[in-house]
Amino acid sequence: MVSLAATFGRGAMTNHWRDIKNSDLILINGANPAEAHPVGFQWFMRAKLDRGAKMIHADPRFTRTSALADMYLRIRTGSDVAYFGGLINHVLQNNLFHDAYVRNYTNASFIVKDGFTFKDGLFSGYDPAKRSYNIASWSYETDPATGFAMRDKTLQHPRSVFQLMKAHYSRYTPEMVSSITGIPAADFNKVAELVGQMGKPDKVMTIVYAVGLTHHTTGGQLIRSGAVLQLLLGNMGRPGGGMNAERGHANIQGNTDHAISWEILPGYLKIPAPGQKTIADYVAASAPKKSDKNSWNFFGTNYSKFMVSTLKAWYGAAAKKDNEFAFNFVPKPAGNASWMTIYDQALKGKMEGLILSGMTAASIGPDSNQVRQALNNLKWLVVMDSLPTTSSEFWHAPGVDRGSIKTEVFMVPTTHWIEKDGSFVNSGRWSQWKDQVLPPQGQARHDHWILADIFQRVKKLYQAQGGKFPEPIMALTFDYKDPLKPELDEIAKEINGKDLSTGKQMTSFALLKDDGTTTTGDWIYTGSYLDTGNLMKRRQGVQDVKANDPTGMGFFPNWAWSWPLNRRVMYNRASADLDGKPWDPTRPGITWNGSKWVGDVPDYPATMDPHDPAAWLPFIMNGEGVGRLFSNSMVDGPFPEHYEPIESPVQNPLHPANSASPVAFLYDKAAGRPNRFGTPSEFPYIATSYRLTEHEHYVTQHVPHLVQLQPKPFVEIPDELAREKGIKSGDQVRVSSKRGKVEVLALVTKRLGAMTVAGQKVYQIGIPIHWGYVGLSADSDPSHGRYWMANALTPFVGDANARTPEFKAFLVNLEKM
Amino acid sequence: MPTVTRREFLKVGAAGAGALAASGLGFDVALAESNRVKQKLRIEGAKELHSICPYCAVGCSLVAYTRTNSDGTTQLLQIEGDPDSPVNEGRLCPKGATAMQLAVSPRRVESPMYRPAGATAWQKISWDDMLDKIANNIKASRDATFVATDGNGNTVNRTEGIAFAGGAAFSSEEGYFATKLMRGLGLVHLEQQARV
Repeated sequence: MVSLAATFGRGAMTNHWRDIKNSDLILINGANPAEAHPVGFQWFMRAKLDRGAKMIHADPRFTRTSALADMYLRIRTGSDVAYFGGLINHVLQNNLFHDAYVRNYTNASFIVKDGFTFKDGLFSGYDPAKRSYNIASWSYETDPATGFAMRDKTLQHPRSVFQLMKAHYSRYTPEMVSSITGIPAADFNKVAELVGQMGKPDKVMTIVYAVGLTHHTTGGQLIRSGAVLQLLLGNMGRPGGGMNAERGHANIQGNTDHAISWEILPGYLKIPAPGQKTIADYVAASAPKKSDKNSWNFFGTNYSKFMVSTLKAWYGAAAKKDNEFAFNFVPKPAGNASWMTIYDQALKGKMEGLILSGMTAASIGPDSNQVRQALNNLKWLVVMDSLPTTSSEFWHAPGVDRGSIKTEVFMVPTTHWIEKDGSFVNSGRWSQWKDQVLPPQGQARHDHWILADIFQRVKKLYQAQGGKFPEPIMALTFDYKDPLKPELDEIAKEINGKDLSTGKQMTSFALLKDDGTTTTGDWIYTGSYLDTGNLMKRRQGVQDVKANDPTGMGFFPNWAWSWPLNRRVMYNRASADLDGKPWDPTRPGITWNGSKWVGDVPDYPATMDPHDPAAWLPFIMNGEGVGRLFSNSMVDGPFPEHYEPIESPVQNPLHPANSASPVAFLYDKAAGRPNRFGTPSEFPYIATSYRLTEHEHYVTQHVPHLVQLQPKPFVEIPDELAREKGIKSGDQVRVSSKRGKVEVLALVTKRLGAMTVAGQKVYQIGIPIHWGYVGLSADSDPSHGRYWMANALTPFVGDANARTPEFKAFLVNLEKM
Repeated sequence: MPTVTRREFLKVGAAGAGALAASGLGFDVALAESNRVKQKLRIEGAKELHSICPYCAVGCSLVAYTRTNSDGTTQLLQIEGDPDSPVNEGRLCPKGATAMQLAVSPRRVESPMYRPAGATAWQKISWDDMLDKIANNIKASRDATFVATDGNGNTVNRTEGIAFAGGAAFSSEEGYFATKLMRGLGLVHLEQQARV
């Protein structure tokens, strides 16, 4: 998501599930939608069956997605930058890019400052002691008169983004791609041939991915490499196109939007940093800057309005103009405070308490054994859940001396999704309201009621006893009929926001102000709940396709509500040419009809004439106004580059001296803990983890039918390797890494196979993640699932941008037991 | 043979035999049979509500059928794919199709449980006592680890020693509410499932 925001301006799936039916070519990387998102996969099949679309699946494992694809490529896990980089090279060397789109809708023509370099795997500005880059040289040359970036629309300037990019990817020849990925060059060339046709204006390709791209120390750049390819082919903003992230949980999207995430406030506003004293300081440091005269810079221009309106929603009357709208109430983190950092801080003895809600640290890991040690270092742990988890039960897990665990543990029984109303936001940003179907089971209570109650008790303690800086606790708004039992309907209204002078619900975030007269809980949801009602409840779907999908493109504008402003395809100004005509008239996103834009809800001013010389550029969220082929919003490089996983059996063929990411965050090393990485001599096999159709993470260990369908943990072992080791399907095997082990059943398969990488023969082993010491399977096993956790194996390292763990590529050994 | 959608089939059923009495004999027999089957459906007379699948982020719509029993309890009769949804058009995968077994489960934690430091077993605890203990812990940890001004003299007002993680199964509004409250307490360690 970091990489999508760094490229296009917003961090979310750009299109939506049903839209995939509009594609001509579907590239699937780091995903297995036929098994992991089977119902969404029907739209892939509709594209294939109804329009003759081709589907290409690149994955370490041959899955049911591969079986339905036109081409399957066995790719080494974590090497997708080389795959996309090779495709970028093919498109650039053969002039197959969408010329008008690239010149006008991307930053290809922008001139980069003199001094930017890339050599031996390092971009300019690298500091080896800090393992980080000073990114000052990763910026545009500016016109001193205007401060805007210099451009060369001929794309010939040697320091234009276009020429720098062409040089950067010239190293990604089919042979180099093959050496890194293990895909035979002939197969790669066939893909390149198909992809190369997608730069024609009337062709559209989509790239679909999931955590198979994200969960690497290069995860951000793996995704960005696909995003760059999509910009070059002119496939962004268009029906049937886009960069489409398939999220794995029902409401990850909604709760990312609403910022249960250390680095943001609702609506992807940055969390303020130490040193910022005023809203102006904050906006200057956080908001995108206008760098072209035709850039609207919508986000940057309105940043302070969104921030002040949120502060008004949170702190009410205490947020006043003369106190910077209570800006000092917002906590300012010292540095990264993400998932792994929580446990790292606990290991250092600096974390006292942890509240987990619907999320189990012990199973998720990475490095589950180390995470369990971190839980043991807490003073207290609150688990809010409907069912027992490996975290609520960690203190009496098999093999644990339960009396020795010092942590105080609370199991707080909460209601299920079906026992409360509220919205779920799917991957495609559709916010769909659900009913409360059942009353709470037993004494279970709603999560928000529990949190409200705890908060009010804390507030009373501060009122009675005093304590550290109680002002924000006292001021936090609780404008609910019953402060202990807020209704989700009331909160949905608060999220939308209102005009304090009229009391009316805001209809658009464009009307928010920074003078304290408007509120919003999350500006990207403004427009979802009007005075006329809650638009997320709308249900005009396929019961009448003709009436409810008037454009035929699958937008269904009156089914639920989609952020922003019910727009179904983001950046849709780029679906039309400079005159406002769709690139492909059979697949219009929006069209200029002479007086206004029609079709989808425009991601653009509704009546802005494209022929006006002052008309805004299409990517309104970026300071440049265009999509970013070169981006200084990534801390590990402005162009995606292939780096090896932290644990890899080979050296990087591009630059062996800087084989793995030079800026990946090595938690153990930074904390002074011993190195916990394995070498290929001890741990010769590549392992990757994944999910099965019948389970979702860990909660389904409590669902009898699903446990019957997939009863026991196993690892998938390539047939040839199994024969070498004398392992048969059903044998008990031990898979170990430098950090831990699993002891499970072997499943010998031809779905995995030997590959040649950097001239070396390598094997990949597949490990489903779903088992542990809690659930029906564990209850029925003599070992009680003691060595069943896949994440006991995974390394405690993070991507430099997002600190995403490297769940998908690490080294193991394999033994028959 | 013309295809009849599930929706049309149910509409025909709902129209009743009387409205179609003039039809040919064969059809009347078929209709009578379908009505007879309908009488026996578990969902006959049930309340129809709408939900969304709790598992992945495709966002399949569900139709849930409930009945209020004579003792006042609500019984969940059936969960199935919602045919009106442009996302799933009535279809569900094995997880969605077994959502009833997640919705109502003998494995649920039905009352608060407490495990003091060093204890070897769960203890039952009242809601009131549990929430008081948690509130006291939060206040103590907040006061012990709160940083008002950092080493450079910047006002930072942050609680360093408490973390909150979760929410992928929250309704969005709960998630927003959690963010607001946790930031209100000064938390900086805030996380959910997106990264992992």
